[in-house]
Amino acid sequence: MQRIGVFVCHCGTNIAGTVDVKAVAEALGREAGVVFSTDYQYMCSESGQQLMRGAIREHKLTGVVVCSCSPRMHENTFRKAAELEGLNPYMVEIANIREHVSWIHKDMKEATEKAIILGRAAIAKVHLNQPLQAGESPVTKRALVIGGGIAGIQTALDIAEAGFEVDIVEKSPTIGGKMAQLDKTFPTLDCAACILTPKMVDAAQHEKIKIFSFSEVEAVQGYVGNFRAKIRRKARFVDEDKCTGCGLCTEKCPQKKVPNEFNMGLDNRRAIYIPFAQAVPKVATIDPNYCTMLKSGKCGLCAKICGTGAIDYKQQDQIIEREYGAIVAATGFNPIDAKAYNEYGYATYPDVVTSLELERLMNAAGPTNGTLLRPSDNEHPHKIVFVQCVGSRCEEERGKQYCSKICCMYTAKHAMLIREKYPDTEVYVFYIDVRTPGKNFDEFYRRAVEQYGVHYIKGMVGKVTQNGKQLRVQASDLLAGEQMHIDADLVVLATAIEPDKSARSIATMLTASMDTNDFFTEAHPKLRPVESPTAGIFLSGVCQGPKDIPETVSQASACAAKVIGVLAKDKLTCNPCVASSDEMLCNGCSSCEKVCPYGAISYSDKEFRGPNRTTLIRRVASVNPAVCQGCGACTVACPSGAMDLKGFTNKQIMAEVDAICK
Amino acid sequence: MQAVMEKRALELLADGTVNRVLGWTAGEFIYDVTPAVFETAEEVQNGFLYNDFCGANLSKYLVKESRKEGKILVFLKPCDTYSFNQLLAEHRIIRENVYVIGIECYGKVDVEKLREMGLSGITGIRKADGDFVVETIYGEKTVKQADAMAERCLACKSKRHVVYDELIGEDGEVVEDCNRFDMVEKLEQMTPEERFAFWRGELSRCIRCNACRNVCPACTCEQCVFDNPNSGVAQKAAASSFEENMFHIIRAFHVVGRCTDCGECSRVCPQNIPLHLLNRKFIKDINSFYGTYQAGEDPNAKPPLGTFTTGDREA
Amino acid sequence: MQVTEYKPKIVAFCCNWCSYAGADGAGSARLGYPEDVKIIRVPCSCRVNPMFILRAFQRGADGVIIAGCHPGDCHYTSGNYFTRRRMALLFSMLEYLGVEKERVRVEWISAAEGAKFSKTMTEFTATVAALGENKRLEDLRCKQ
Repeated sequence: MQRIGVFVCHCGTNIAGTVDVKAVAEALGREAGVVFSTDYQYMCSESGQQLMRGAIREHKLTGVVVCSCSPRMHENTFRKAAELEGLNPYMVEIANIREHVSWIHKDMKEATEKAIILGRAAIAKVHLNQPLQAGESPVTKRALVIGGGIAGIQTALDIAEAGFEVDIVEKSPTIGGKMAQLDKTFPTLDCAACILTPKMVDAAQHEKIKIFSFSEVEAVQGYVGNFRAKIRRKARFVDEDKCTGCGLCTEKCPQKKVPNEFNMGLDNRRAIYIPFAQAVPKVATIDPNYCTMLKSGKCGLCAKICGTGAIDYKQQDQIIEREYGAIVAATGFNPIDAKAYNEYGYATYPDVVTSLELERLMNAAGPTNGTLLRPSDNEHPHKIVFVQCVGSRCEEERGKQYCSKICCMYTAKHAMLIREKYPDTEVYVFYIDVRTPGKNFDEFYRRAVEQYGVHYIKGMVGKVTQNGKQLRVQASDLLAGEQMHIDADLVVLATAIEPDKSARSIATMLTASMDTNDFFTEAHPKLRPVESPTAGIFLSGVCQGPKDIPETVSQASACAAKVIGVLAKDKLTCNPCVASSDEMLCNGCSSCEKVCPYGAISYSDKEFRGPNRTTLIRRVASVNPAVCQGCGACTVACPSGAMDLKGFTNKQIMAEVDAICK
Repeated sequence: MQAVMEKRALELLADGTVNRVLGWTAGEFIYDVTPAVFETAEEVQNGFLYNDFCGANLSKYLVKESRKEGKILVFLKPCDTYSFNQLLAEHRIIRENVYVIGIECYGKVDVEKLREMGLSGITGIRKADGDFVVETIYGEKTVKQADAMAERCLACKSKRHVVYDELIGEDGEVVEDCNRFDMVEKLEQMTPEERFAFWRGELSRCIRCNACRNVCPACTCEQCVFDNPNSGVAQKAAASSFEENMFHIIRAFHVVGRCTDCGECSRVCPQNIPLHLLNRKFIKDINSFYGTYQAGEDPNAKPPLGTFTTGDREA
Repeated sequence: MQVTEYKPKIVAFCCNWCSYAGADGAGSARLGYPEDVKIIRVPCSCRVNPMFILRAFQRGADGVIIAGCHPGDCHYTSGNYFTRRRMALLFSMLEYLGVEKERVRVEWISAAEGAKFSKTMTEFTATVAALGENKRLEDLRCKQ
């Protein structure tokens, strides 16, 4: 028989205001096995814990029930306090009489009754509790960062600076991500490349960082501290070690008609290419979809002119396996396809461009060498209309319900830069709201309006049509309450951003959860914003939600701090509430293995004593407690009841059921 | 048929392919046939029996028998091969230790039906022109196949052997229009009150003899949860109407996706409770919710409760 | 004899990561629901064995609800998908046996859906209350 102590918390008036805590303590004190029962104002306080510890000592308690707030709040607090008195922490159970009783019920009699029933259920469970020992597992002191944009680079640099190895896996030929495509950055207007490229170089040169560019994570197994990842190094048909990045091949390649994705398809590149001048690694890549040699076996020019013999048309994809202690998702974002917004004519008129295209049109390394020219006729635009919230804050299927957060600011930036460089250009911005929370953000926007004379019009654009050489923009001015039209030379769409398409499959691989928009879910929206609910998986940058660069970088560093927290440990404590199989009952039927998401169950033939001194060999299951996460799927799949879950055993749960239904 | 089977069994024993034979033998009367293991040629010659009353599914006995020394010969009817395959998929039978002879089957006779016709003193049975000729101490009587055959055989789902080492007789086909879900559908169309009354009427007769569980080739647990005093749900005799329900619901749930619909549970029930209607309900639901699935057909198939799709219907 | 309003007994199995947190959220936001609902915390909805549900009915429950993460959001990736299959089959069987299917339910309630938790429990309690006492799957010995 257990010797159980019951502690009923008032939580000030949070509980005591609706629940008669004295009556609860008294009623539970009469339950079988309860040798001590009391109430106290704040059980979680230092003196509350002392009260509990004193009672454990004095009454030689073997089990504790705390009737208080949710176990999600203070279960650990009370477990630790019990442990200090030598009581196994898993002999403590919480009856949630705050969130599940006092806060939602008004009638004191009813609430008190319910609190007593929940207390009884907890007591019934404690009667069946067993002391559990948390195991330990070693930690591989290396991190994997998936995605080499500014978020991934910053996280990797911070982890490496703390002295741990980091691998960056980037699916495109170079790291740098979206930030590398930007011209200037708000609210300081410094050049994106000038602040990003030194970081890219730092990452490349850091002795602790290994960059796997043009590579993708294919599979991940394991658990916090002990992940194993398969990485596909896609064939780039160029030997990375031999290529010096001289760029001769990219100048001589006869296949000149390949849309250049770095410049958003606004100009062309060759079939063999280096995405941009500061690419890291600065290594050429052959595009097999366009290379004549790879397609038809004729050409081979690049191989002939390459001084180091780096070209290898026979190169194959390579799969490598690496071990990690922690994994960071930094998979970033893409603008949505503006074609869905047919009314703006993006698919029809070349002079309707997206904001990211405009970045390239204004960038010195872009298709127009930094001179703003219309894509249709290469003339200077004199009247430019910006349309905000294209696809953001949109209730329709084609758009996103959320605010993309960065568009207001980059549009103000674009407007300002254009007015600065081409003062004869008129700039109009159509907006729903202008959202500028952030350090120096509102000041920045005001400068656009007040100093640079950008015309901000509250209202939405209804339609864009061709009008001679110009685009007729039909819109409503909500403040003036009238319809209007502007004949513009260039229309810029501030398209919503969405998580990269690869994020969904990566989340599945990592068993990390996602929201309905495919952003990774954080473990707690306020208190654990850079961790995924899955232990050992961390989140950096826009893959968790829309962010600008300063926010991304600070989150990336926060994420690194959390990763370092894992890697700095030599051993991790495992959750002891894991499944285990009773070999005497196990049929070895493999039902449990089929539903285990972690591959934690294995089988072996074991000898058992049979009747009349015979031995029987039976196939039985065993659970790797370091891999099992304790979901319990196997326990229901098991027909014989051999598989049970520690801390949530069949008998414990049924005891709770019985207590509740009594 | 019996002669051919017996001859083959003796051959396989003689050439050392197997050292035991799993078949049937007569009980007190010719119609209460029971499974038996024969270890010598003499035992086979004296005891081996195969006739139209041999309905018992022998596959379950292999859970224990295939773990013993040497190799055992077993005769499996088409429906029994599904159970055998399912047990293989669950690693319950050691395949190398079993030699399977598939035997053709046109349906087995339900002796209860013969009794209801007023036949007694039965001494033998044979097939003639599609009918059965029942030999009794009072003379012979010819009965129509459909009148004598067991219900489960009238709704036979397959005459195909899904696994065998050799065949005696012809291999058949899967029976597409076997109408085995007719009664389930009829029950589904009743009102909840009528259904409840139906099942109360049936299940209340349960005497918890455990025959259904003991014969079931899917119920091969080392120890059944209902026998395990530590499971928290152990019962001996059902003490209330609830326990009758509980036992049968849980038993049916434990064999979901594993039950091959062999019908042994209903065959052996001394109270004639149509227990197969519980299993068939699950089979029918699986087919309509998740696509047609026949347990035992393919030992490598993913069982319906061991897999899922993201678009599954809501509960 | 004193006539009291019929109060159904409802057992709610809530997964630790989504629905239990959703219930906590309902509490924090003071979104009430009937006292008749008593919550049992399980790590995942897939921990719920059909035996627990039958046990609840045996011991006098009038309704049983299982709440878990939305499909695709399971903390353990796939647990709730197994729950969905198991319960779809079990509930269909209960209905086949003539037990009112409204007495059992599976709901997906995320940690952020305190309002949904409160609404679901209120509505479920009303449904079960309208059916009255569970007579078809009860064990009279357990009711004294």
